[in-house]
Amino acid sequence: MASILVAKKVTKRFGGLVAVNSVDFEIPERAIVSIIGPNGAGKTTFFNCITGFGKCDEGEILFEGTPIQRLRPDQITKLGVSRTYQNIRLFSDMSALENILVGQHVFLNSPWFAAVLGTPKVRKEEKDALAEAQRLLNFVDLKGKGDMLARNLPYGAQRRLEIARALATKPKLLLLDEPSAGMNPRETEDLTAFIHRLRDELGISILLIEHHMRVVMGISENITVLDYGEKIAEGTPAQIQSNPRVIEAYLGRGAATEGMNTAHERFTKKTG
Amino acid sequence: MKKENYLWSATKAGLLGGVIVIFLCLIGMVEVFNKRDVIEKTITLGQFVLIATCVGTGFSAARRTANLLEQNKLAPILISGLLAGLLTGTLLALFVLIGNKVNLRAVFLNASPALYDILTSKKGLGTLWVFPTIGALSGMIGGAYLLLPKIISHPLNRSLLFTIFMALFSGLFRVVMINQGPGMSKAAKYLFGQTGLSVEGTLIFFFVVLIIVMLWNYKGQTIQSGIAKLPKSGQVSLRVVTIALIAYAALALPQVSGAFISQVIVTVALFILMGLGLNITLGFAGLLDLGFVAFYAVGAYTVGLLTSYGGFGLQHISFWVAVPIAVLVSMAFGAMLGLPVLGVRGDYLAIATLGFGEIVRLLAGSDFLAPYFGGPQGIIGIQKPCLGFLEAFVKVDVPRVCNGIELGKPQDIYYLAVAAAILIAFVAWRLRESRLGRAWMAIREDEDVAEALGINLIQTKLLAYILGAAMAGLGGAIFATLIGSIFASSMQLLVSINVVSLIIVGGMGSIPGVIVGAIALIGLPELLREVSEFRYLIYGLTLIIMMLAKPEGLWPSQATLRELHHSDVEAEVKA
Repeated sequence: MASILVAKKVTKRFGGLVAVNSVDFEIPERAIVSIIGPNGAGKTTFFNCITGFGKCDEGEILFEGTPIQRLRPDQITKLGVSRTYQNIRLFSDMSALENILVGQHVFLNSPWFAAVLGTPKVRKEEKDALAEAQRLLNFVDLKGKGDMLARNLPYGAQRRLEIARALATKPKLLLLDEPSAGMNPRETEDLTAFIHRLRDELGISILLIEHHMRVVMGISENITVLDYGEKIAEGTPAQIQSNPRVIEAYLGRGAATEGMNTAHERFTKKTG
Repeated sequence: MKKENYLWSATKAGLLGGVIVIFLCLIGMVEVFNKRDVIEKTITLGQFVLIATCVGTGFSAARRTANLLEQNKLAPILISGLLAGLLTGTLLALFVLIGNKVNLRAVFLNASPALYDILTSKKGLGTLWVFPTIGALSGMIGGAYLLLPKIISHPLNRSLLFTIFMALFSGLFRVVMINQGPGMSKAAKYLFGQTGLSVEGTLIFFFVVLIIVMLWNYKGQTIQSGIAKLPKSGQVSLRVVTIALIAYAALALPQVSGAFISQVIVTVALFILMGLGLNITLGFAGLLDLGFVAFYAVGAYTVGLLTSYGGFGLQHISFWVAVPIAVLVSMAFGAMLGLPVLGVRGDYLAIATLGFGEIVRLLAGSDFLAPYFGGPQGIIGIQKPCLGFLEAFVKVDVPRVCNGIELGKPQDIYYLAVAAAILIAFVAWRLRESRLGRAWMAIREDEDVAEALGINLIQTKLLAYILGAAMAGLGGAIFATLIGSIFASSMQLLVSINVVSLIIVGGMGSIPGVIVGAIALIGLPELLREVSEFRYLIYGLTLIIMMLAKPEGLWPSQATLRELHHSDVEAEVKA
């Protein structure tokens, strides 16, 4: 199957610290893949390299064959990559609807003077954008909440709104940075189903960073494990669960040598 | 935590009030204000300010007492008001006593015998007991005010404010009314004295407004719901009538009020133009610009150079052709400022733009560029706009003859300036509602996320600078033709600061806020001649008080209102 995103030997340094070290990575089309790893493993940094937030120092990132590692974030977004954030970053003083409308910025292209004159084309464009924003609101189960300020929405709704805003840019690849953070089991379950819907109904490829093992193992087709900026494992959920290096990274070297089996049991229990 | 004794709290308030009163005396405000009456031959503005301070002290002491006791008890509230006022008055008396024995003038220039004469009404030290008495009385009144139920205090508030307003601007109203013919002139002389309201006028204004406000409180809601119940055509025609009335008033105003008021309104309109411009960069896109006067200067100088028939005029084209060129040149300067400072954020941006404003002013006034811009002598002999057939396209000969209507007087420029302000307000409103407006607000909220959603930061920020500059440039162009001459010295940093302040006072990002802010900060001080000496003192105080009491501004945009009072909204949502 063709890959929508290919990263080759991506390296990112902060001064002397190598946050991401020569990582190779691939996302097949219409796949759901995850990056996991302990805190500080370089997951978010790697995310930022893909979205153009922090340019990577070495290596190459190809999105549908186009090198994107030197592009600005807005250019990458235009190509079809969108993301959400670990700590929700909505435009909190704008309404839910306005948040989504900002996401549609890319597709509205009437110049400012046309907007001042209020030409029929602009009015139609705005009307369509509004309808599309409503549709997206409904899609993430926020029907009727459009006029609420983003900050006044409940936590789970804010998460969903952030995804809706990302979807407004019509991405081919959606990057979700810890989408289940702070969610209760019920919400987490809904989220898992929702991510499946994104892929199945919209045909979007999805890259997850996730700490919540139940989500990761339940949803991912492929998992990449980072530790200290290096890729230490890659494979299906089952392969990852039984990989000694992964267990070592998560539970410490002591645990690995002491009792591989107990650790393995604990790990599998934890990951369900 | 142990609660403060309310008497001690009132004592502190009283001492603070005393310090304020003495301060007002020492900076000479009382002396200057004493030349004006609030009510003719009864109370001067100086006395009024002192008494108002006592009342205010009493009120705030009473309010703190009420907070400490957590209830409105009659006796403690009156006592604390009285105590605070008494102390304020006593301190003032002490000040006069000391001032009479010791010469304070070496340090405080305004502590003159004239001041003491004013304070004691030339009756010597024997009348000193009056101060504490008046202080205590007015303090108690302030306290009593707190006890009034809202149904009384609200109309009282309104009518007091209105009467004070009428008193402050009595001179203006008087002149305007006298110009209207003998009937109005008689009424004016009845209502207004030479330097303030007459006693009759005061009573009339006070009670008329009181009754109107009370009636409105009583019946207002029925009227409003009555209007809402009207059929749609009725509502539309009502609106049309209102707009027509406002338009008629706006059209007739300069003819009625004369040159001075027209000029003030033009100045306000020019600041509205600048304010709307800065409101785009600062209010919408969140990019602080402390050198905004630069664009105003560019607009003014462009019109000057293109139309002046003084020594520095490059061309003598018509004003109407020069204005679009001036706007375009300002836009170019907006881009010129925008490009280098694009990567700079926050405080650094403020300093960088500050530098830009100063550079433009210094260059325009420099000897180096004097052969082109006239240096400190400036550019004089700038054409007045001429409304005539074909005039717009014809190169004008020297000396110029206007074959149509020349917009020479401030009363004529008024129409130009007000029309420009209305037009630009409309443009600003359309921009805010557009995709560009949303992009600006997204940048203001979170630049990184905005970029990740596909907003081109460079382009969007540049547009904010360019469009803001265009509006300021238009203001400058009208300014040039209004004054007829421009000097680098009129492009002070203070103008930029005024514009920032008026946006903050009016309400960040709010278009009506810009208008309200310009009227409050530019218009009122222009009209109040007595205040002009203390303009920036009052200015600074207003800003501090606004920031503490009403940080969202006088007429906030919906978004800011939500932002600053989100806790209330959240509470509402939960409830």
